[in-house]
Amino acid sequence: MRNKKRIEEILHKSKENGWVLEPDAKKIFSLAGIAVPKYNVAHTLDETVSIANKIGFPVVAKIVSTEIIHKTEYDGVAVGIASQDELETIFERFQALPGFAGMLIEEMVKGVELIVGAKNDTQFGPVVLLGIGGTGVEIYQDSSIRMAPLAHNDVSAMLDELKGKKLLYGYRGKPAADIGALARTLVIFSKIIMHIENSFESIDINPLFCNEGGCIAADARIILK
Amino acid sequence: MDFSSFFRPETVAVIGVSYSSDQHPANVIFSKNLLRYPARIFPVNPKGGELLGQEVFSSISKIPEAIDLAVIAVRADLVPLIISECIKAGVKGAIVISGGFAEVGRHDLQDALIKAASKDNFPVIGPNCLGSFCPGFIDTFFLPSERVVQPPSGNVAIISQSGGILVDLLVKFADEGIGISSAISIGNKALIREIQLLEHFSHDPETDVIAFYIEGFKENEGRHFVKKAALCPKPVVVIKSGKTEQGSRAVSSHTASLAGDYKVFEGVCKQHGIFVAQDEFELVNYCEALSCYSESSGRKIGVVSASGGHGALSVDACTHHGLEVPVLSETLQKELKEVLSENVKSIASIGNPIDLTGSAKEYDFVQTVEILSGSDEIDCILLLILPYVPGISSDLGARVSLIYRKFGKPLVAYVPHVDKYRMLIEGFELNKVPVSSSIEGAVLMAKAIGTKRNA
Repeated sequence: MRNKKRIEEILHKSKENGWVLEPDAKKIFSLAGIAVPKYNVAHTLDETVSIANKIGFPVVAKIVSTEIIHKTEYDGVAVGIASQDELETIFERFQALPGFAGMLIEEMVKGVELIVGAKNDTQFGPVVLLGIGGTGVEIYQDSSIRMAPLAHNDVSAMLDELKGKKLLYGYRGKPAADIGALARTLVIFSKIIMHIENSFESIDINPLFCNEGGCIAADARIILK
Repeated sequence: MDFSSFFRPETVAVIGVSYSSDQHPANVIFSKNLLRYPARIFPVNPKGGELLGQEVFSSISKIPEAIDLAVIAVRADLVPLIISECIKAGVKGAIVISGGFAEVGRHDLQDALIKAASKDNFPVIGPNCLGSFCPGFIDTFFLPSERVVQPPSGNVAIISQSGGILVDLLVKFADEGIGISSAISIGNKALIREIQLLEHFSHDPETDVIAFYIEGFKENEGRHFVKKAALCPKPVVVIKSGKTEQGSRAVSSHTASLAGDYKVFEGVCKQHGIFVAQDEFELVNYCEALSCYSESSGRKIGVVSASGGHGALSVDACTHHGLEVPVLSETLQKELKEVLSENVKSIASIGNPIDLTGSAKEYDFVQTVEILSGSDEIDCILLLILPYVPGISSDLGARVSLIYRKFGKPLVAYVPHVDKYRMLIEGFELNKVPVSSSIEGAVLMAKAIGTKRNA
């Protein structure tokens, strides 16, 4: 696995907080070789503009706060932001949320929303979950679980267990998602969790956007032990 | 560790026999083994004397022969000492029937037992268990023989954390004619646990299928268990309690919320080629099918019956369980049609499911099974027999079973299990063809045979 040392440093830094904030979690996954959207964190109004211009509108904005684990519950996620004005209004609103530590600004990504997760199971150790993602993830409960580390054939067996797998093979005229990239992402992910076995309790990458060009981890959170 | 003393002992000491109660566990174990099993049995009680005309020894060390197995049924607080005495006397292993350990909060006593045994790496099953039952060799269940239903000797080993579930499963195995090599209740599993028994039975030449009733594993123990099971050349079937989780605590991640204990268990077992039975019915059917066919075949099923309704219901069940019922090729259909009786030919449906109709003769079933057995278009034949159809006899089971012997194409059957049809059923069972008492059961059997293992 790549960049083991830097990953450990980030985990160490987050230990006190109990969980790894989104920008740091994304950093960990991108260091290990999982694709993430272009992003940066703005701490001031001025920064929002320069970051958004660099990434290019439309963008997504998300609250960064050690006090907010589920961002949507605080209305802390805004998508499809098309202008500077809009972005500034959102920044001002986020500033008022508990524990505000910045605003993450990232490129808009599209595709089928999956969840890739991990749990440090008492009986079986690190296990990987693949499911249909998004905010309705706990309603649909369409997911499959295997023990880490994963082999490529484990990934196809996991996909076979998903009722929603058809969404990935080009549903209603949409192009099929890159299944090879999904398999690579899951295999890398399973290696990361084996490596950080002693540190984590559970992990959500939700959503992982899968499209014809690959798979991108658009949100991530690591709950530490 | 050598476990043969638990399953094939030649000499057995029963420690803790009572002079006042015939129903004391030690007395039941002593008398059933004395009267019905080949091992030489030695009762032990500090008072000495005589029981059922046999000399009672005052301690294990007083027995003049080397003892393979000690069955201990004394008060919990005495057990650690008795274990030490057994080790000193050169006993090869012990089953501790007594309760009163960790299950009632007496972890100190259980720790003392573990300490006494592990010093010399002495194998112990239990405590708080029924021990082992191996038809024809040993029975340490403290249940009077006339009260239990015992399956015949066979090739399935069952290991259960719960004694009650084990005895109940044996009733069901007996009912379905499934033979067992060993049945073991491991109770508190203080020393010998599922994983060691999996290891033992994967090498046991008399066992072809290993089944478990599991309540839970220790930390990380599940990981080792499934890895071992994946390497086991024999099918491993598990049933686990704890599907419903009580008081699900607030969880901070979606994954933790989705990945409940049972869901993890199921996914991980599947990944390692372990059969997960959702209930006892599935367990029994999987075990029966796998005890007859240990190689996996495939998922294409040829359905043969004398009733359109039976065919339709079984196709539904096959589809539900991920099996295919492919339409047979023109060539195969033509071949089938040519061999059927004149009166059946014109009314039978032979596309698959094959409905030979109520006019079918025994001959039509035999011919159909024979032709399907020779075809690559299907992997397994599901034969639904309605014994009340006038054209068939009680010989049909044995006759079609022999076709399997000839061609090697797996065959599973459904016959209503009532005494009237016993000879038909035995025709299958005795020829090692699994036969279920329901359509759903027969489909589960086909599923077990068709599931690829250890991918």
